[in-house]
Amino acid sequence: MRGIDKSFPGVHALKNISLELDKGEALALVGENGAGKSTLIKVLGGVHLPEAGDILIDGNDPQIQSPTSAQHAGVSIIYQEFNLVAQLTARENIFLGREKTKGGFIDAAEEHRQSLDLFKKLGIDIDPNTRCSELTVAQQQTVEIAKALSVNAKIIIMDEPTAALTTQEVENLFTIIKDLKSQGIGIIYITHRLDEIFDVAERVMVLRDGQHVGTLDINDVTRDKLIEMMVGRPIESEFPKRDTAPGPERLRVENLNRGKVVRNVSFSMSAGEVLGFAGLAGAGRTETMRIIFGADESDSGKIFINGSEADIHNPRDAIRNRICLLTEDRKGQGLILIHSVLDNFTLPNLDRFVRGGFLDHRKERKTFDGYVESLKIKISSYEQLAMNLSGGNQQKLVLAKWLARNAEIIIFDEPTRGIDVGAKYEIYLLMNRLAAQGKAIIMISSELPEILGMSDRIIVMHEGRIKGEITDVAGATQENILAMAIN
Amino acid sequence: MIKKLLSDYGMIFVLLGLCLLFSVLTLKEQPGEPARAAAELVERIDKEFRKTDIILVVGAINKESAPFAEKLGQALKGRGFDNCRVVVGTPIDMRLALDDFKSKGDKLTAIGTSGDVTKWRVIDLIPEKYPEFSGCKVLVPQSRVWPDFLKQSNLLAIVDRIVVIAVIAIGMTMVIITAGIDLSVGSLIALSAVISTLLMKKMGGLEAPGWVVLIGFLAGILCCGIVGGLGGFIVARFKVAPFITTLAIMMMARGLAFLITGGFSIYQVPKSLPWLGQGRSLGIPNTVILLIVLYLAAHIFMSHTRLGRYIYAVGGNTEAARLSGVPVSFVIIFVYIISSLAAGLGGCIQASQINTGTPNMGVMFELYVIAAVVVGGTSLSGGSGRVMGTLIGAFIISVIQNGMNLLGIESYTQQVVLGAVILGAVLLDKARTSGGLLAIIKKKHN
Repeated sequence: MRGIDKSFPGVHALKNISLELDKGEALALVGENGAGKSTLIKVLGGVHLPEAGDILIDGNDPQIQSPTSAQHAGVSIIYQEFNLVAQLTARENIFLGREKTKGGFIDAAEEHRQSLDLFKKLGIDIDPNTRCSELTVAQQQTVEIAKALSVNAKIIIMDEPTAALTTQEVENLFTIIKDLKSQGIGIIYITHRLDEIFDVAERVMVLRDGQHVGTLDINDVTRDKLIEMMVGRPIESEFPKRDTAPGPERLRVENLNRGKVVRNVSFSMSAGEVLGFAGLAGAGRTETMRIIFGADESDSGKIFINGSEADIHNPRDAIRNRICLLTEDRKGQGLILIHSVLDNFTLPNLDRFVRGGFLDHRKERKTFDGYVESLKIKISSYEQLAMNLSGGNQQKLVLAKWLARNAEIIIFDEPTRGIDVGAKYEIYLLMNRLAAQGKAIIMISSELPEILGMSDRIIVMHEGRIKGEITDVAGATQENILAMAIN
Repeated sequence: MIKKLLSDYGMIFVLLGLCLLFSVLTLKEQPGEPARAAAELVERIDKEFRKTDIILVVGAINKESAPFAEKLGQALKGRGFDNCRVVVGTPIDMRLALDDFKSKGDKLTAIGTSGDVTKWRVIDLIPEKYPEFSGCKVLVPQSRVWPDFLKQSNLLAIVDRIVVIAVIAIGMTMVIITAGIDLSVGSLIALSAVISTLLMKKMGGLEAPGWVVLIGFLAGILCCGIVGGLGGFIVARFKVAPFITTLAIMMMARGLAFLITGGFSIYQVPKSLPWLGQGRSLGIPNTVILLIVLYLAAHIFMSHTRLGRYIYAVGGNTEAARLSGVPVSFVIIFVYIISSLAAGLGGCIQASQINTGTPNMGVMFELYVIAAVVVGGTSLSGGSGRVMGTLIGAFIISVIQNGMNLLGIESYTQQVVLGAVILGAVLLDKARTSGGLLAIIKKKHN
């Protein structure tokens, strides 16, 4: 790609970007949200047409005009949200739009054979006749990769491929990537998890504000250097220090059970404490928190708030008890994307703004203003749609709506997933500030450095049970946690 | 502010465009309103003629000409034109009057008339058949050029025609904003009308007092509300698709309406039944007042109350709304109750308009109601929409039907055109929200 330029109304998204990818090489593409990574790969994938610049593959211009022509040119993109039809089987998905036919009918046997070949090549074991909705996230990802291979992709672009994978699954993915490279396929790898880059990529390219900051050999770069390039200024520490003494007990959970996903979970925590929950995906952390928040009902168990038992059957009960949950899936569960930022903010707080049966719009705005300022939420107007905020600002908006509710127990589920480095730091600062105000904070995170860097105490879960607790966080290592989380 | 108005109610331009179109197409010379026209002509006659002159005032038997002739005659006599004579009838009646003058040997000096009469051949033939009257003047009040479409009576007809659909569309808008749909409203019109008129019949029939009508209406509306609550409960609690739930209710309600009446219409209704649908208060038709009141209330409810906001939230993202503490089930049941109450009220209005209750009323109305909501800019996928937009949508539909009636387009063609216009209006709205029709066409789809 040479001299790529692309603008959207009001944004110059890509400024004269050039990118080179060798055969069998993995190039990591990093940058904060809005740096232009997605736009760049969408140009390569034919989703956006650039205003200037050209794309050459094997020295020829393949005339990429649409996603279809990009696919013909050998470019496959695996998006964070996969492009699989959940109701179809793995085989049907791989051949979707390019079905093998014999005499006008689908040749299922041939498709099945080819699917098995592809899966073997990738060293994975999936029955091609499984519906995609029944596959794990990691398996769905490999189906996507198999699909890319089946169209003879020369370049595979992976957008945040590890965001939803467990540690073991990440290992498998890396093996597959190595394998793809040895087959001469070029990989462009987009991620927010900087540690991964050192395991996967040969070179790393950094974008900031639509500009190319630099492309470096992976051996010439450190994690801190990368962050500095992405943010544009040196960052002293990834995790800000906190100095709060935990107060009295705020939340106690006793023998919580829900089917096989939550089994006999008991723990307690104090005001001003940050309690980390570690574990693999599916360990029951999110499920436990959903019960505490009333999103799901428990089979048995008790929840005590400030020492007295709370009766929580639905989110309304939880909110009344000043519990709030910042879900992992901000877009699907945390926000109403098609509504304005103001409407999203006021939704759980409408009772505060009712006067004589009618809403006091001025008071809504004034209250919102206060939180926009204190949380430094970047919005263009009250009417801006929530979908048009960056990940970090969306997270802050969700936090704002709960703070306005005067929440005392704040549950963060993967608070920094999909959020860029600079905004992550701000979220951490906010968590510290809330802890200092005496709020009890639970943080579920799959990023071990984050868990270790932010928690006062860590609880590790495995298959629905609490597997262990780490009280001396300063002395703990990622290996300690993993050992408990895996078995 | 204006920009927001445009983006919220862009459809108003479609409506205004249609009104303009039909106004131009139905532009015609119109006689003035009878009283005013008569007064004007009296002044002219008073100036030009002597009180003893013989003046014939002719009116045809129709709503404008006859009262005009009568008013003119009275006014002239009041001013002392004693030799003035009024004839209201057919051309033959005029001939008889002329013959009468002729036989008496009276000298006719002027004929005062209006509109339709001037086209009668008998007037053209006066110089030939009655040479002695050839000097007489034909006086006609000044006409003005004015579209049939914009005549007051026609504008009221537009409201009359749409009021039932528009009232029901309020509830439908709320249902659709929660990403639901209510197919039962057409049948509920019939159920409500049948229940309320039957009750009126039982409570005294023709001679029953006004409060019986009120009781009947309330009973009809309430029954619909109960049915709607049941439907909402099934949708909210058992997560049955609203389409299916309300489809089933649609069938059951229609069947019930037939069962209750044994398939017949109910005619023995109180004399005060038509008040709601045909009467006036302070000179304004009750239907117009009802529409204004209901739409204002609904608008304020949707944009300035907590429950209104919840309705949008449930449609925008049910799960996010639930996790924000919105009582989702309650909201869903609520909108279906409102929708069926509105349908029940619609049934009462219609019963009042046609002065009877019939089990086959409101057939296909659910589709017109949905069309009004969608044309009004409410998205079927939920979360967005405006009550006032729906009112505009309802009027677009009514104006199209009315305009085509005025132009004499027959009803089969009307259906084709109406369908096409609904499609066009929605496409236009899509184009407006996504940066022009060209942008959509250009966009590559794979």
